[in-house]
Amino acid sequence: MNKFVRQLLPFGSLMLIICFLAAYQPDTFLTLDNFLNVFRRSSVNGIIALGMTYVIISGGIDLSVGSMLAFSGMTGALAMIAVGGEDPRGIALVIGTFVGIFTGLFCGFLNGALITKLKLPPFIVTLGTMSAFRGISYVMNDGQPYNVPSYKYLGDGIIPLWKTVEETVNNIDGTLQKEILQILPPWKSIDPEMISNGIKIVPHGIPISIVIFVVFVVIAGFLLRYTRLGRYTYAIGSNREAAFHAGVSVDRNLIYIYSLTGLFVGVAAMIATSRTVSAQPTAGISLELDIIAAVVIGGASLSGGRGTITGTIIGAMLISFLRNGCTLLGISTNVQLIVIGAIIIIAVAVDQLARSKAEAVQNSH
Amino acid sequence: MIQVNRKDNSPRGNIALRMTNVSKRFGPVQALADVSFTVRAGTIHALVGENGAGKSTLMKVLSGVYKPDKGSIEINGRPYAFDKPEQALAAGISMIYQELDLAEDMTVTENVFLGSELPGKMPFVVDSKAMVKKTAELAKKLDFDLNPTAVVENLSTGDCQIVEVLKALMRNASIIVMDEPTSSLSESDAERLFKVVRELRGRGISIIYISHRLEEIVDLADDVTVLRDGMVVHSESVTKLDIPQIVRYMVGRELNEFFPGRNATIGDVCVRVENLSSAGNVNSVSFEIKSGEIVGMAGLVGAGRTEVAQAIFGIDKKSSGKIFLDGRELKINSPADAISSDIAFLTEDRKRTGLCLQLPCSWNITLPNLVEIGMKNIINPAKENKIAAEVAERVSIKWLGPNASVDSLSGGNQQKVLIARWLLANSRFMIFDEPTRGIDVGAKKEIYTLLNNLAEQGKAILFISSELPELFGIADRILIMHRGRLAGNLKTAETTQEEVMHLAAVEKN
Repeated sequence: MNKFVRQLLPFGSLMLIICFLAAYQPDTFLTLDNFLNVFRRSSVNGIIALGMTYVIISGGIDLSVGSMLAFSGMTGALAMIAVGGEDPRGIALVIGTFVGIFTGLFCGFLNGALITKLKLPPFIVTLGTMSAFRGISYVMNDGQPYNVPSYKYLGDGIIPLWKTVEETVNNIDGTLQKEILQILPPWKSIDPEMISNGIKIVPHGIPISIVIFVVFVVIAGFLLRYTRLGRYTYAIGSNREAAFHAGVSVDRNLIYIYSLTGLFVGVAAMIATSRTVSAQPTAGISLELDIIAAVVIGGASLSGGRGTITGTIIGAMLISFLRNGCTLLGISTNVQLIVIGAIIIIAVAVDQLARSKAEAVQNSH
Repeated sequence: MIQVNRKDNSPRGNIALRMTNVSKRFGPVQALADVSFTVRAGTIHALVGENGAGKSTLMKVLSGVYKPDKGSIEINGRPYAFDKPEQALAAGISMIYQELDLAEDMTVTENVFLGSELPGKMPFVVDSKAMVKKTAELAKKLDFDLNPTAVVENLSTGDCQIVEVLKALMRNASIIVMDEPTSSLSESDAERLFKVVRELRGRGISIIYISHRLEEIVDLADDVTVLRDGMVVHSESVTKLDIPQIVRYMVGRELNEFFPGRNATIGDVCVRVENLSSAGNVNSVSFEIKSGEIVGMAGLVGAGRTEVAQAIFGIDKKSSGKIFLDGRELKINSPADAISSDIAFLTEDRKRTGLCLQLPCSWNITLPNLVEIGMKNIINPAKENKIAAEVAERVSIKWLGPNASVDSLSGGNQQKVLIARWLLANSRFMIFDEPTRGIDVGAKKEIYTLLNNLAEQGKAILFISSELPELFGIADRILIMHRGRLAGNLKTAETTQEEVMHLAAVEKN
């Protein structure tokens, strides 16, 4: 009940934004393309936020996710080029993808190991690795990106659902107009003769990145709710000493948690790389703030022990739709920063207020 | 039954402090009942009593932390009523608590003058030189060698005590309360502190000295007042008393029928601890516990009782020693090892080391038991709740359901959540550290019955407690800890509370 109410607020805000935009900008906002676009854009941040949810529930923080994203992408792309040359294709892309994901996993493991073995606060360790991973990303190719022009699948690929046969006609006034001639299921092919001047086939479907996001949502949600790792994450965040006294291997589980986050960042990094068909050493600068904001707006507590995957998804979507809405309404990105900052503070303040009210009610009994 | 001395034979002389008929009640607990307490000027007055006798409450009334329900306070003949600690401070009362409250990264001088800094020539500037000079002078007067510019963090506990004394003197304290000042001091530091305390007495300051170490009191104090169950049972000059007499006044109450009859059959040796030592103040402790036996562990605060449990349970690193369970030697390096070796440990501080307060009750109950209940890989929340509810029923927890968060429960029910946790673990060897602390009488009785039932099931139980009556009521045998060593191992039937208290409080020669 309590949990439900807590998530109602961000969810309500999310709905409010969607309704507002739907009313003001129905033509541009209420389109399938726009929604798919928002989801696709939020998949990278969303996947990282899933990992961050674990870290924050455990009472920690990971400031290095943005740099880790750049580093993992650079390493993955470097591996592609090392295996497949200038324009890597096929197996080289697969190998590179796994190298990138593994790099993320390793970075997360490193964070976890430093935090537990050196007994340092997560804030300090990840502040350090944030700087170090970024530095390595710059050093790798002298500040230049690695281009992988054929690495499109994760970023632009789709699971085909239907395809349209379109013809572009020249209007009398010189403008071009698109005309849909036919809608076909993905497996139907059309007469090759039809593919002549102006007629083309456009596939439609769910972007791969969204599918990956959904898969990871399911994995993260399941692990958090139905496994000991998830349970121990809550216990460590709620009371680390008590968890230790109850036989929880705190250090080992913290390493798992940070490694899991690293793994998620690695996956997100390869999607981001594919989207721009290049690995940028500047990718993900100040990304950690957006991620932490999403998790916190979703109801997680920075002091640990509280948070859910559902909340995080709502938080991530809230930020994405806010950005999208601002863009559609012609609000500059600079002003967007102000709006998002205000939202973070309002969300947490309202949550705190609701909690202290609930506590007051409890104590009065 | 020892006769309670109620006629007024309180000490004569110039009276520095007179507390008359002070009462204080916390909910159902009468913490202080008509306590009258008189301290002569320029004397050391020892205040003794078992844990929970009301010493701390009385001192908190004196220092303005608690407002008494009734009663009056006179200091040097003038009546006072304190609402705030600052007022008590201004009236010349200084408290030196067991946990010293010094600002660790500031210097001695800064601490001594904290909050009452000497103003310098310019506004917002303090006169550091003058303060350092004054601190040095004061230390010298007390014949005490201390660098006034040393940072407190680098001082020994003994030196910190002295800094507290200087702080009190700088505030012109006429009455200084010292709460267990020697509990964490070495012998030589304690000796030095005694010297300072005597010096203060010589300067006309009254010291209220709270300690469990009776030999110290007989040595140092002029007068002694014994509290028991929130009442003054005796107040007299120390010279007229000896240690056994004081002990008798402290414990003098009879066991009531509060405790369940013991009829567990005691079997073979189950637990054997050999020469256990740890850095956490445990020195070569050996004992055995048979199956079906409840072994109590007594000792003063800081005697190393909890530390023995922590060393067994893999919380503190053992520096030596072996632990056997049913003849098998255990390798324990962490609580996780201990739990899988079939040991349970109910810690004394349920909020700090026991519960995850904001998580559901069921999660708290199953936390160490997930593997045990077949949820090693996948947790089945419905089944988990059912298991938790079943074990909760056995200890009759009052809750809104297994999903209610622990912080929605009362203290006694929170404790029962932890007991349910370890009942579910169903371990062979169970350690209970102060399981009845801070819970009401009814819940206490339930816990005694439960311990008894566990013993009847053939478990080996180590029961650590600061309350002698409950040890005598429930334990078959009592181990007595003194300064990290085992000072006694006695059959309950063949000893007395006086003997146990003596072993716990008095240094063996």
